[in-house]
Amino acid sequence: MTIDWVAFSPWAALSGGLLIGVAAAMFILFNGRIAGISGIVGGLLQPRRGDTLWRVLFVAGMLLAPLAWLAFTQLPTIQIDAGYPMLIVAGLIVGISTRYGAGCTSGHGVCGISRLSPRSIVATLAFMGTGFLTVYVVRHLLAF
Amino acid sequence: MKTHFITAFITGLVFGLGLLISGMANPDKVLSFLDLAGAWDPSLALVMLGAIAVGIIAFGFIKGRSQSLLGEPLRLPGKTTLDSRLITGSLGFGIGWGLAGFCPGPALVALGAGEAKAAVFVAAMLAGMGLFELIEKRRPASR
Repeated sequence: MTIDWVAFSPWAALSGGLLIGVAAAMFILFNGRIAGISGIVGGLLQPRRGDTLWRVLFVAGMLLAPLAWLAFTQLPTIQIDAGYPMLIVAGLIVGISTRYGAGCTSGHGVCGISRLSPRSIVATLAFMGTGFLTVYVVRHLLAF
Repeated sequence: MKTHFITAFITGLVFGLGLLISGMANPDKVLSFLDLAGAWDPSLALVMLGAIAVGIIAFGFIKGRSQSLLGEPLRLPGKTTLDSRLITGSLGFGIGWGLAGFCPGPALVALGAGEAKAAVFVAAMLAGMGLFELIEKRRPASR
């Protein structure tokens, strides 16, 4: 393993992380809910009365974040190397499996670990594990 | 309009800004984090660390309370068992994450930034979630 010190951005990562933590904190403190993106979005596909508007507003906030950012400065780099077929396959897998696993990086990784949930700790270890493994296979064994 | 609708919007906004600042919204950076055998960029470990540092205080504070500060009921997941759905779902999620470098939140933010590729990913993700709902509907209720 070699560490890419040039790409390493500890302060941006830490401050962005703190802000994500603030969002998760706001949501449990004010709304009494877990800020889990896959659950919030997934709930929109099976709309229930009185359970939809807050989801729409949350997602709207996320979608508008880049616009709010643009009011002050240029957007940071967003580099997407995957081609369209790969994005479709990855999106399908992420969609179906986050619903089966009842959470993603935010719900399990941030909120779940913060409340020391054994389920979320196991889930996070599982998806980090296959995440590392998948990149290893794609980049180093198949050498894409 | 009830306050919790406003806080839902602001939370989404703050979450999105956090993802942008941290680098999580950039799949290239996410994949560099997941690439242990290549030139490893450990940044995203610090994103998790920062988020959990704040989260642990908030969840510790709310523990044992029956409602939120706005009087909303607390809706914490009740399940505690490690079932096969949790494990296979999470293992599968990691594969999808590692293929494109996108997880759900960052994909939404990148879509908001006008990235066509993020739009395709989000559309496929919604289709996957819809598929889940369809399969769930066909399952016998005696689960």
